[in-house]
Amino acid sequence: MEDIKKRIAISKLWNNAFLIVGLLSTLIGLVLLFALFIDLFIEGAPRLSYKFFASFPSRFPEQAGILSAWVGTSLVMLVTAAAAIPLGVAAGIYLEEYARKNWVTGIIEINITNLAGVPSIIYGLLALGLFVYFFKFGESILTGGLALALLILPMIIMATREAIRAIPNSIREASYALGATKWQTVKNHIIPYSMGGILTGIIIGLSRAIGETAPIITVGALTFIAFLPVSPFSAEFPFISFKWLLDPFTVMPIQMFNWVSRPQAEFHVNAAAAGIVLLIMTLVMNAVAIYIRYKFRKKIKW
Amino acid sequence: MFKKVVWGLVTLMVSAAVTAGSVMSAERKLIGIDGSSTVYPITEAVAEEFQKAKKGAIKVTVGISGTGGGFKKFCRGETDISDASRPILAKEVELCKQNGIEYIELPVAYDGLAVMVNPKNTWASSMTVAELKKMWEPAAQGKITKWNQIRPEWPDAPLKLYGPGVDSGTFDYFTEAIVGKSKSSRGDFTSSEDDNILVQGIASDKNGLGFFGYAYYAENQKKLKLVAVVNPKTGKEVLPSEQTVMDGSYNPLSRPIFIYVNKKSASKPEVKEFVEFYLKNSAQLVKQVKYIPLPAKAYKMAEERFAKGKTGTMFDGHSEVGMKIEDLLKVDEKKK
Repeated sequence: MEDIKKRIAISKLWNNAFLIVGLLSTLIGLVLLFALFIDLFIEGAPRLSYKFFASFPSRFPEQAGILSAWVGTSLVMLVTAAAAIPLGVAAGIYLEEYARKNWVTGIIEINITNLAGVPSIIYGLLALGLFVYFFKFGESILTGGLALALLILPMIIMATREAIRAIPNSIREASYALGATKWQTVKNHIIPYSMGGILTGIIIGLSRAIGETAPIITVGALTFIAFLPVSPFSAEFPFISFKWLLDPFTVMPIQMFNWVSRPQAEFHVNAAAAGIVLLIMTLVMNAVAIYIRYKFRKKIKW
Repeated sequence: MFKKVVWGLVTLMVSAAVTAGSVMSAERKLIGIDGSSTVYPITEAVAEEFQKAKKGAIKVTVGISGTGGGFKKFCRGETDISDASRPILAKEVELCKQNGIEYIELPVAYDGLAVMVNPKNTWASSMTVAELKKMWEPAAQGKITKWNQIRPEWPDAPLKLYGPGVDSGTFDYFTEAIVGKSKSSRGDFTSSEDDNILVQGIASDKNGLGFFGYAYYAENQKKLKLVAVVNPKTGKEVLPSEQTVMDGSYNPLSRPIFIYVNKKSASKPEVKEFVEFYLKNSAQLVKQVKYIPLPAKAYKMAEERFAKGKTGTMFDGHSEVGMKIEDLLKVDEKKK
């Protein structure tokens, strides 16, 4: 009897010990992140104003702003989304629903998983060789966007596959039983049911791309740029112009890096403010992802 | 719901594009500049003022690829102007030649390389070139580790060295001027492309010593202490300042910095106008960004050089240490 009591006591002790270790591990990450965020916020918040968003970079820290940087980031993300979403989702659906399980598919799957772990600078070098020199897109928004699209493509493919795998097979079987073709099944059942997961994957991919610097530097984003790309809309026919795709650009992380490396302390404040903006952009994207997942989960009734 | 989300995304993208493009731009007149991070603040200031003066009719982009990286792009014909914190090297001259790129070399300012220690360092107030060489030459690696190895009366304390990245023109110039051969240095020092890291390093290390551009010292005067360098010609201890760099007495650690203009681009009116604007306004703008302007005479000579379209370099593929830029321009004018 004494023996059993002792063993129970020891087990309880271990249980509590792990609880404390686990809690501390969680807290270290959270507290560090929180401290960093607070530090950044205290330093940069006073600098945030309408003018900061509406001004070009300048050699005077108090006049410098992030206009060309946030416009550049938005346009690059637009290209990234336009390229990566259709390709990634289509590839994911194909691999999950259409592809036969043979060694070719096996190799493709292994490669996609590995590609997700390739350092981003490698994608930058690939984009430099492929888009800048081979396709002659130049050091443009198009090149930057496509480089980031390559980077997040594996993430989107994997998210799509995960989402599709979560759909029970009985749904597919029911659809086929009613005489639906494969495409009808995919269009009417697979895509709508996996939409939440796919969109979450897309947005998490995009919010990784938004903070990437290495591939963008390799393809030649510029540091000082005090003008905006050509407007995509014009007054004359055909009203929409794609000239902006080939314009030079800069993005938020590069602008931040440039300010951090300046000798004047006032520029470091600007960098902190730009950091807050970038963090908020990322947080908003993540919040949207969570909301969409919640919305879709609620809707699905099998 | 699916459709709604898709339409929502489309609307979001379109509205982003509209905001982005709301400022209309005129005909595409673009001047591409890349190169040294040391020259960057000056070129940025000029580009900023130039675009203001032209009301955005001519667009200028300035990148930072380093002097070497800038020349690579320049010699492939990808940029119109290259920023350089040292003269073009023999192998870069060769590369440009292969691609048929002719260039006009124009000095735009002086930069002093400041040697700095921690403010708590009470002993080192001046040094000779020989002492600096003893610290930095490749043979010092692993051997010269204490301050008293440099001068016996200095304390028996570890010597911690900080220097800019080995790809920078600043590093090239310092090694050329001190060790005698470009890029030749010990490898066991803290090296960073970001000069702020060097500032922090020296500011927090009582036994630290480092070098970088004077502009970074100017912004961090309270955290750092300058070391005077003995001028090998006059034997006087000289601290870097606007005065001593300009009159050439801060020798050998002051250097001219340059822009290189592609000859073919120079025939385009917008590039020509930009370069003329650059040389006319440098004297004032250079000071604002804490660099040291050339004497007025030198800017005049550079303007003439550009007007004549004189190509090639004044230097034969390496940095000329401690020579005044006016003299160089004059000598080069006579060479034909």
